[in-house]
Amino acid sequence: MVKLTYIAADGGRTEIQAEAGDNVMHAAIAHDVDGIVGECGGSMMCATCHCYVDDEWAARTGERHDGEDDMLECAASELRPTSRLSCQIKLTDDLDGLVIHLPEAQI
Amino acid sequence: MNTMELIEGHKRITPAPGIPVWDIDPYGEAILSDPLEYYAELRAKGPVVYIPRLSILALGQYATTHKVFSDHENFVSSRGVGLNDFAIEKPWRAPSIILEVDPPDHTRTRKVMSRALSPKMVKGLVDMFAATAEELVSSLLKKDSFDGVTELAETFPVAVFPRAVGMKDVDQRILVDYGACVFNAMGPDNRLRRWALERNAEIAPWIMAACARDRLTDDGLGAMIYDAADTGELDQEEAPMLVRSFLSAGVDTTVTGIGNALWCFSQHPEEWQRLRDDPSLVRPAVEEVLRFTSPVHTFGRTAGHDTEIAGFPVEEGTKIICVLGAANMDPEKWGDPEVFRIDRRPTGHMAFGAGIHGCVGQNVARAEMEAILHALSRKVARIEPAGEAVWRPNNAIHALDQLPLKLIPA
Ligand code: HEM
Ligand code: FES
Repeated sequence: MVKLTYIAADGGRTEIQAEAGDNVMHAAIAHDVDGIVGECGGSMMCATCHCYVDDEWAARTGERHDGEDDMLECAASELRPTSRLSCQIKLTDDLDGLVIHLPEAQI
Repeated sequence: MNTMELIEGHKRITPAPGIPVWDIDPYGEAILSDPLEYYAELRAKGPVVYIPRLSILALGQYATTHKVFSDHENFVSSRGVGLNDFAIEKPWRAPSIILEVDPPDHTRTRKVMSRALSPKMVKGLVDMFAATAEELVSSLLKKDSFDGVTELAETFPVAVFPRAVGMKDVDQRILVDYGACVFNAMGPDNRLRRWALERNAEIAPWIMAACARDRLTDDGLGAMIYDAADTGELDQEEAPMLVRSFLSAGVDTTVTGIGNALWCFSQHPEEWQRLRDDPSLVRPAVEEVLRFTSPVHTFGRTAGHDTEIAGFPVEEGTKIICVLGAANMDPEKWGDPEVFRIDRRPTGHMAFGAGIHGCVGQNVARAEMEAILHALSRKVARIEPAGEAVWRPNNAIHALDQLPLKLIPA
């Protein structure tokens, strides 16, 4: 299991245990974490799963995927260098403890 | 095995011991018209079922269907998403360069298409969609009754989508039939598929001609695809093929989505009232219509190498049908799937597929369906049946053939 913390725009924290192989968007939906919509189900078509990877973790979650930049431009909240589509971040044991910040709005 | 034995254009397989065998034709017209019982039995038999007369595996439980449909590494699309194995038999048409390819080819074409169909691009279309929907609903309100399929579900996408693409040539019958051909061709060699191949021979030349650059305006989605060829992101001959994908996948599907939405609300007047009371429910209502009716009911994959499904070995070359309609009705996933509830918010439904091939046109599809529901919810108190709804069997699409309706003005 991989420990994951989501920090909402208002500072509220939710800690969950997800399985390696899952992605950060899907883990949030499965655990009823507010702040991620994931309308397209992870097909990189909606940008309603936008998140900011915590600075400490940004290097470890890797580069944006091919096509991710284009879709991020459609996100409802401001983009930062740590912006990612959470459906594109796959959980591995290396990411145990990952901290994800949620934007103010997704739609 | 000395020579490979073929069935429906793919390798005949020997299913692993323990996989339930079910002698049924999932493409029988009675099932295609009214599939709920078949869906339930498919799920009840197990996570994976062998269908001997087609020599394929079939999946209907949500968890397995989702897993296999989105696992592009083990279950490829490049060998066709119908029953023919493109690695063995000549495909019925030149394969799609987005739907019927795997990464890395897929990654490149998908990027161009998803840019053209992104939420931002679609935002630029919603005013045109809204104005057209408004006008169409007003004209239908003047009639005593009408056919929801030909006079609304077909008319609307044919009015707005070719315009969004920038097509100079528009023919409602050909555009709707072309999609039906593509989807029927995914099935076995039955009456529907034979019709599709015949009809396709008549209309394919019109379709390819309409995809040429000089038949497109320079400010539509089609032009964006040709621009990508100019910058070298695509080869020149790839651009018309991607524009063809707009027409294969972007008309008959939304026609079906809109028709099915009208059917749902004509059958569930209490949900229509809720939608009218709270228009913010239009967006989740579209998702529920899609989950509840699965306009694309079945698509396939091919095992790219020896692999497994739900713990059972699966040999290379196996055709697997993923019954999206059954997954969208799985009580394990949805609790009470047979209840149509517009505020369900069924995130993770499979109507648009899942994973890297998940519908690239979903933003357009949603916007078209939302435009119609918004216009109707403002002007129409009730959508009433004016005769019996008749479904039109298709090997991959669950669509209506006739939907007599009466609109009661608000
Ligand atoms: C309610 C309407 C629609 C439904 C139910 C629907 C359904 C689907 C499904 C299930 C897939 C996945 C195929 C697979 O994984 O093998 C798909 C892919 C696709 N759809 Fe849609 N679709 C709809 C509307 C549209 C529209 C409007 C367009 C064009 C603007 C479109 C274009 C495509 C394309 C090009 C693909 C292939 C994507 C890929 O392989 O990467 N679809 N669609
Ligand atoms: S869930 Fe749609 S882009 Fe991530």
